[in-house]
Amino acid sequence: MDYIIETEKLNLFYGNFQALINIGLKIERNKITALIGPSGCGKSTLLRVFNRMNDLIEGVKTAGSVKIAGKEILDSQIDLISLRKKVGMVFQRPNPFPLSIFENVIYGLRVHGEKNRNILKEKVEQSLSAVLLFEELKDKLSMNALSLTLEQQQRLCIARLLAVVPEVLLMDEPCSALDPLATMRIEELMIELKRQYTIVIVTHNMQQAARISDECGFMLLGELVEFDNTKKIFTAPSDKRTEDYITGRFG
Amino acid sequence: MSDGREHFQRELLKLNDLILKMGGMVEQSIFNSVEALKRTDAKMAQDVINMDDTIDVVELEVDDLCLELLATQQPMAVDLRFITTGMRIGSDLERIGDLAVDIAQRAIELSSQPLLKPLIDIPKMAELAEKMVHRALDSFVKRDANLARSLWQDEEKADGYRDLIHEELIEFMSKDPSTTSRALPLILISRHLERIADHATNIAEDVVYMVEGKVIKHAPKK
Repeated sequence: MDYIIETEKLNLFYGNFQALINIGLKIERNKITALIGPSGCGKSTLLRVFNRMNDLIEGVKTAGSVKIAGKEILDSQIDLISLRKKVGMVFQRPNPFPLSIFENVIYGLRVHGEKNRNILKEKVEQSLSAVLLFEELKDKLSMNALSLTLEQQQRLCIARLLAVVPEVLLMDEPCSALDPLATMRIEELMIELKRQYTIVIVTHNMQQAARISDECGFMLLGELVEFDNTKKIFTAPSDKRTEDYITGRFG
Repeated sequence: MSDGREHFQRELLKLNDLILKMGGMVEQSIFNSVEALKRTDAKMAQDVINMDDTIDVVELEVDDLCLELLATQQPMAVDLRFITTGMRIGSDLERIGDLAVDIAQRAIELSSQPLLKPLIDIPKMAELAEKMVHRALDSFVKRDANLARSLWQDEEKADGYRDLIHEELIEFMSKDPSTTSRALPLILISRHLERIADHATNIAEDVVYMVEGKVIKHAPKK
């Protein structure tokens, strides 16, 4: 197996509150891995560990090991900019910058100092094509990104990540602001994208996890209760707590 | 099938193909089992028996895929009916495969002695049963309820053949009881073929349900 993310004895505290307890998890490359569980179970916290987003919160202490492509990322010496380039995050609400569509896509490249207009143009076409937006928007690239529909904005945010050539896409409830049709189209896009990228998605929507993921983890009170093939989780989970949650008997 | 959800549509196609693959194998088994009987070829009959394991494996694949799609894809309406029908067809085909094995076993029993009489109606009945399976699957692939309904009259024909075969063989046995060991297996074979025709009819009933959403099982058919 080719694992791109491996955690071992991962523990995380917000002050005195332990949000993650001894998480040991291996995520395969070019797969969609979903993390499910009730609110407050730690799934978003775990997702944010993978690109060290929790560092932005005061009083967070993390212990244990998290390796991405074999490299320990909890190391204090690690270059966070290059980590976040490699491991990008898509959020619940699409968050395009109040700039043109073109500038949104190449924002990361500009930060990294790319000036060649042809390279930038090519990158925009490539990235927008990958999220199936290019044909729709190719004549409107100078339009402000905020004037797009929510679904287009979410696609644009994904394109913005792809432009800096990540390996892992973290998605935190990426469809919760979208209507069912747009949700379906983003799900199709994710299935397309896994050919080239590894996707880890956190979702409240258990059906969504069932539909699109290859592997699925169920979390409860900071613990990873069960982690297995999605089909196994949804047809014959091993843990009673997983069974109770996915059958709606939870509580 | 609905548009969009391309990934799901591809999975449904996969199910379609698996069922067709299984259908092809089962049709071959019926044909070969009766061929083995006609030729008194025990080796050919044994091949049919061996082939059954492969059919069983495909049935498990069909079940597995259906279960996965039901659990993970929240299928609705026509998609839901397609998947549940797929599961039922899988089990009908598996039973048909078993019946071909039963025929092959009778063929082996009969292979050590000359046939009681030249076989006429059994091959005709076998051809009919095989065609019924083929047509039932055809109606499944084409989502054609009328084609499925065309099996009702064939089922009656199959019953007619069975009665004819029974009458003839009973006559043989009552005239000369020493023919019993050669006649009885043939009676059983006609019974196996009739069961195959019944399973094909079940498949056709499920196809009508799949296409039209109407349950027609256990209802008198015209």
